[in-house]
Amino acid sequence: MSPASTAPTASTEAATAAPRRPAKPATMAQALQRAMRDAMAEDPAVHVLGEDVGTLGGVFRVTDGLAKEFGEDRCTDTPLAEAGILGTAVGMAMYGLRPVVEMQFDAFAYPAFEQLLSHVAKMRNRTRGTMPLPLVVRVPYGGGIGGVEHHSDSSEAYYMATPGLQVVTPATVEDAYGLLRAAIASDDPVVFLEPKRLYWSKADWSPEAPAAVAPIGRAVVRRTGRSATLITYGPSLPVCLEAAEAAEAEGWDLEVVDLRSLVPFDDETVCASVRRTGRAVVVHESSGFGGPGGEIAARVTERCFHHLEAPVLRVAGFDIPYPPPMLERHHLPGVDRVLDAVARLQWEAGS
Amino acid sequence: MTVQELPGAAAYRPAPPPEWKPRTDPAPLLPDAEPYRVLGTDTADGFAPELLRRLYAELVRGRRYNAQATALTKQGRLAVYPSSTGQEACEVAAALVLEERDWLFPSYRDTLACVARGLDPAEALTLLRGDWHTGYDPRERRIAPLSTPLATQLPHAVGLAHAARLKGDDVVALAMVGDGGTSEGDFHEALNFAAVWQAPVVFLVQNNGFAISVPLAKQTAAPSLAHKAVGYGIPGRLVDGNDAPAVHQVLSEAVARARRGGGPTLVEAVTYRIEAHTNADDATRYRGDGEVAAWREHDPVQLLERELTGRGLLDEEGVRETAEQAETMAARLRDRMNADPELDPMELFRHVYTEPTPQLLEQAAQLRAELDAEEDPR
Repeated sequence: MSPASTAPTASTEAATAAPRRPAKPATMAQALQRAMRDAMAEDPAVHVLGEDVGTLGGVFRVTDGLAKEFGEDRCTDTPLAEAGILGTAVGMAMYGLRPVVEMQFDAFAYPAFEQLLSHVAKMRNRTRGTMPLPLVVRVPYGGGIGGVEHHSDSSEAYYMATPGLQVVTPATVEDAYGLLRAAIASDDPVVFLEPKRLYWSKADWSPEAPAAVAPIGRAVVRRTGRSATLITYGPSLPVCLEAAEAAEAEGWDLEVVDLRSLVPFDDETVCASVRRTGRAVVVHESSGFGGPGGEIAARVTERCFHHLEAPVLRVAGFDIPYPPPMLERHHLPGVDRVLDAVARLQWEAGS
Repeated sequence: MTVQELPGAAAYRPAPPPEWKPRTDPAPLLPDAEPYRVLGTDTADGFAPELLRRLYAELVRGRRYNAQATALTKQGRLAVYPSSTGQEACEVAAALVLEERDWLFPSYRDTLACVARGLDPAEALTLLRGDWHTGYDPRERRIAPLSTPLATQLPHAVGLAHAARLKGDDVVALAMVGDGGTSEGDFHEALNFAAVWQAPVVFLVQNNGFAISVPLAKQTAAPSLAHKAVGYGIPGRLVDGNDAPAVHQVLSEAVARARRGGGPTLVEAVTYRIEAHTNADDATRYRGDGEVAAWREHDPVQLLERELTGRGLLDEEGVRETAEQAETMAARLRDRMNADPELDPMELFRHVYTEPTPQLLEQAAQLRAELDAEEDPR
């Protein structure tokens, strides 16, 4: 079964079998919990493990209730050691289970890097496809929650630079459910980056009949526009949507593309948008130097050069260690910084 | 083969892990002061002659395999070979104590253990020949890929054994690591997870004296590596790693203990790396000939041969026959490795993901074009 088809099929059946209940506001954290819950109910091979994921339900409560419903063997509080968590998950996947691992915070995932880079990402390849590792590494990432040191890193560039991993990040409640279901169903390892500051974002969403979403690997245009394209993902999507609203007053009609999946990267959707608008700004929290924006800008330039009216610009976090909470607002790309970049897109020179 | 089809899924239901209680008496977990020995002691009387002969045949074959692989490296047929010459007793015993349904987690120096478990030597050597990273299907052979990053395979063994236990399968994992590997964080985490989960796993540390050039004294201040087990609440066993029946017995007991739900065991086998770290290493820079010569006097093959001959279980004819069988194996290996492997550059893109990404498809097309241009330069 293709990874992407699982969740939509299940939801379609649910929608036709039961009278559709009206969607109520749900948070992204609730949708993520529900995704794991439904996957565990459907497939006994799905196991959740990590620090505090059992009795406590995770420090963000994303695994709330899973240990109670499925038992501690299926949702396991592990010793406090990230390399051990991911390393044992590799062994579990080797035996045919589908582990979903929680790293408590972005910066606490680093001890597991050797397992991730040397084994998780490479196992399928080094065994000539005979031993795929269907496992998900959930990582709460990014800032904006007033976290102290080591609690707000944007670590996506490290994962993107590692062939063999899929790197996925939802920005909406619907995607939180749909993409996590797809990640768990995928036979490839997925680093699933959860924007911490969107955990409590709400949308009308029905857990009984979750809406189908585009598969992993597809970007989605969240707002159509004709003047320029904002290319973004995860925690920066709401910032870009807000910036696009504010830009209307300046006479700019901005299109906003939500990447959703950094690997595989959807060149097609991104480039189709840029070819339409002729201008692009990449927006992310991660540091600019060596960050995702550089790769994205290069890809867009290589593919859309003759459609571009201006260089592709980047709005990113500064090239500094993540700031202390009282200073983080100066670091995080906000609406004003996005609009400043839009203003620098060579409007005078064009047409 | 899916997990559900794996053999051994009988009514195996070990007790759940016990509640943690402070252990007031660590004595039962402590290793003996001296490495356990069988050869040259009365204990050897209790061993079945068939087992001793089997061990001998495997040791001789293993020694010949090491010599052949080293020769193939000198001839350019292997990219590199980390020899287990002098460590054959550990390699062979690790393979023989496992049932077919059990799993072996080798490090890069443990191709002999894979071969003793029945793996085709050419498949075991794929990594070291360099035509791919793993030459066999790990699930089919129940042998994990040879692990080059030190100790990283140990948590895999724990996870796999834990998964088997959760499924009620009677499967034990045996993981191999060297003395240097015990300094790695993954060694610690694996032993701790195994102990907490009471996973059916056996850790075999081959203490061969050196981590490339660094002697054990610079690696640890522990009384022995086996003593490290006590800190995790699991038993540590110390065994003479050149005494094949002793290693076989200690590992068998550890495997049996894991199988009946008794949890993990750490076994330290004291042995010696007779050859350099690999063909690329120069051992004369960090150790003297005298030390090597002394260990050659405590050679696993000779020790067992002496015991068998002394007990009338082996005569000159038997020695000659065993050597001939080993020679046949070596000749076959030589022939196999002297044939050039078939390489398909396009395979580089085939196994990265279940489906290649659009980006990989583009790059594959680029390489295809380059290959076509090489074939037809016009």
